[in-house]
Amino acid sequence: MTSGVPTNDMEAASDPWSQLPEAVAPPQANGELLFDAPWQGRAFGMVHTLVDAGRFSWDEFREQLIIALDGGAASADVYYERLLLALERSLALHKGSTAPDSAEITQRADELAARPHGHDH
Amino acid sequence: MSSSHEPHDPVALRAEALESLLVERGWLNSAQVDDVIARYNERVGPMNGARVVARAWCDPEFKSHLLKDGTDAISSFGFDGAQVEKLVVVENTASVHNLVVCTLCSCYPWAVLGLPPKWYKEPEYRARAVREPRALLTDFGLTLDEQTEIKVWDSSAEVRYMVLPRPPAGELPADEASCAELVSRDAMIGVAVL
Repeated sequence: MTSGVPTNDMEAASDPWSQLPEAVAPPQANGELLFDAPWQGRAFGMVHTLVDAGRFSWDEFREQLIIALDGGAASADVYYERLLLALERSLALHKGSTAPDSAEITQRADELAARPHGHDH
Repeated sequence: MSSSHEPHDPVALRAEALESLLVERGWLNSAQVDDVIARYNERVGPMNGARVVARAWCDPEFKSHLLKDGTDAISSFGFDGAQVEKLVVVENTASVHNLVVCTLCSCYPWAVLGLPPKWYKEPEYRARAVREPRALLTDFGLTLDEQTEIKVWDSSAEVRYMVLPRPPAGELPADEASCAELVSRDAMIGVAVL
């Protein structure tokens, strides 16, 4: 099913993640989502939360995800790296809002990387 | 952490950076993100369906309610999204085996079974389930004798089907939770038995 899913209400009608084309569907095993590392779940959860809050639409995100994946991902690691990129690009569609832009995210990541050991969880 | 993305991995840091900025700007809070993860990890998945099956095995009254009106019967479980679609539960018996497919796309009872497996969405499964279900099941490792009737249920956006498998041979555990552990996702789609 590629249409008929409300764009801004992820609780309605069905689970939009399950409606994604195979090549861009999240990695899973036995019907459960597969996260190889905590950050992957955080990235997934951020997308879901922002769509629920109407910050961008499911369709906007899906389009970015399809572009970012460019046909597929060989592992959960790569999949969620691409998903994170699609998330950033979906936010970038809303310029002029308070959405963090790419430079700000890079700067914050650098700051986090500079944390002393033992404070990085 | 099993992957290459250790805490100092650039992608993990970037995800953390983005989340911290979004939180600071009031775009989301981390508890909401936690909720989504928990919902997908724990509350949406084949274990929901397994709990329903286990209760049906243990409670004849619930079972007849479930077979009569699946949506209503499972409402007491409080599954996310369970109210949205009509759920029809079909029971395997000694003489009837049920198989669920969506010939048109990939409609699936996700509130009880989580995300559909890859093969469920593939054209081969969708076509063969209707054209040659017995041969398809054989390829899944399930050989049914010729006397067993196979009923194929075509899911749609409005009606989602789930199979109530027969319990495995032998005595069932006394508690529902242990019974649920015996139930596999594939058995609830109908490509396996227990």
